[in-house]
Amino acid sequence: MKGSAPAAAGAGPAAAPFPAATTVPPRVPALHVHDVSVRFGDALVLDDVRFDLEPGHFLAIVGPNGAGKSTLVKVALGLITPQRGHAAIFGHDAGDAPERIGYVPQLKTFDRTFPATAVELVVSGIRRQWPVRVAQAERARAMAALVDVGAEGLADRPLARLSGGELQRAFLARALVREPDLVLLDEPATGVDFLAEHDLYDLLERYQARRGATVAMVTHDLAAARFHASRVLVLNRRLHGYGLPEDVLCDECLHEAFGHVGHRHAVAF
Amino acid sequence: MDGLFEILGFAFMQRALAAGLLVALMSGLLGTFVVQRRLSFLGDGLAHAAFGGMGIGALAVVTFGVLDAGGGWLRHPLWVALPFALLTAFGIAYVRDRTDLSSDTAIGVFFAVAVALGVLAFSRIPPDVNLGFNVMDLLFGSILAVRTTELTAIAVAAVVVVTTLGFVWGRLAYATFDDELARTDGVRARRLEYLLFLLAAVVVAVSAVVVGIVLMAAYLVIPAAAARLWSRSLAGTSVRAVAIGMTTTLVGVIASFYLDAPTGSAIILTQAAVFVAAIVLRRR
Repeated sequence: MKGSAPAAAGAGPAAAPFPAATTVPPRVPALHVHDVSVRFGDALVLDDVRFDLEPGHFLAIVGPNGAGKSTLVKVALGLITPQRGHAAIFGHDAGDAPERIGYVPQLKTFDRTFPATAVELVVSGIRRQWPVRVAQAERARAMAALVDVGAEGLADRPLARLSGGELQRAFLARALVREPDLVLLDEPATGVDFLAEHDLYDLLERYQARRGATVAMVTHDLAAARFHASRVLVLNRRLHGYGLPEDVLCDECLHEAFGHVGHRHAVAF
Repeated sequence: MDGLFEILGFAFMQRALAAGLLVALMSGLLGTFVVQRRLSFLGDGLAHAAFGGMGIGALAVVTFGVLDAGGGWLRHPLWVALPFALLTAFGIAYVRDRTDLSSDTAIGVFFAVAVALGVLAFSRIPPDVNLGFNVMDLLFGSILAVRTTELTAIAVAAVVVVTTLGFVWGRLAYATFDDELARTDGVRARRLEYLLFLLAAVVVAVSAVVVGIVLMAAYLVIPAAAARLWSRSLAGTSVRAVAIGMTTTLVGVIASFYLDAPTGSAIILTQAAVFVAAIVLRRR
């Protein structure tokens, strides 16, 4: 999907003696993270992290366990207020533009005993609250989202009966149903097999191509970051690299972040 | 059937049924969230907080005559039990919110303290003082003796609980499904949890007068647990929990009349029978 990343905003007419009547406004980043530091008790989880993600990119956030990847996503969502710095989504303070974000949480945090069907889950993404009853129009819209992710057969099945891959599709349909400009995913490939993981990236890339949306995904899969992302952010409490995959997923950068070089075979270019 | 109509002709029986059905309505709606959030011990904790509050209330009436001048209904210990239960609910929610302690630990601490305060308060009341009720009534309920005052309190609580839940149901259910997901959509999940605890305190405090402190927690949990086994949606669980609560109340009250059995026990045992049936016949 790297080819879909847009070119940088064009510059104005440099040689003009007077400023043009209309100038190209600076492009608002899809995700702006400015000097963010987060501390939980004595533990410094994020240390002065700053970067801008331009609209239309597919960002992979990689790093070892405990690197602060999920914390960074939660700062972007407005779930965690940093001790220092701030985050913004399309120029809005984190948490102030929920309608522009589609979020796919880690599936391991989800309560499987909750009595619900996949279509109710998707409708919750439309209403931004849980439905008492699903109206016909809402069901039609939810079904369209489920069809988009190849999960139309799951609509009336209880969430508790879905496999990891099926559940992931249902959550993805929920995130995409309101056509967000930014899709945030926290380890979406955890607990799913290779094929389901492949389908996930395919779905995200198709959605991105259709909507021109931005995707930011936490992942442990360096190969996926290499092959699907147009930008990679290497994090281990602080920023160890941010840029093109081929520039950032280098031995030196990964060694610095991960502390070893066992990754080599996974990210060979 | 004539016998049944004859029973329903008694004013005390009408009050008992009205009170029981309203308690079932509130308990079913709230119990759905209590069970789904794994807070089943909450009902126990708050019911015992109500006991502590009733003890303090009774002691206040006896010692200071605080409410004595206002007439009979003002002397009811509910007026101290209710704020005491609300304070306890807030305390439990606060400890859950601000510390790493689990719900059962927070509830367990408040439970023990409330019972200790209740026992201490009742022990200070001379045995020859007529409180208008006895401690056994508080523990095990006296639904057939429910008075218009208590029925009014229950009806007001039911209006408050049903109206409030009707207003926040979608957001509370969303936060119950996934707190984090709901918060990303602008739902104030933390406030809703405090609200849930405070509503539970209202239900438990006013209902404990009817079904008794010991049995109140079961009233909050058993219909919702049975309904959960038969439902595939949270809304369906709520509807079934209310239906089970109301039906078993009706059956329990009538059975207790014919069997000359304690009414609170009869209601809960009927609910337990439905729960067993729900396990056997649960949807797979």
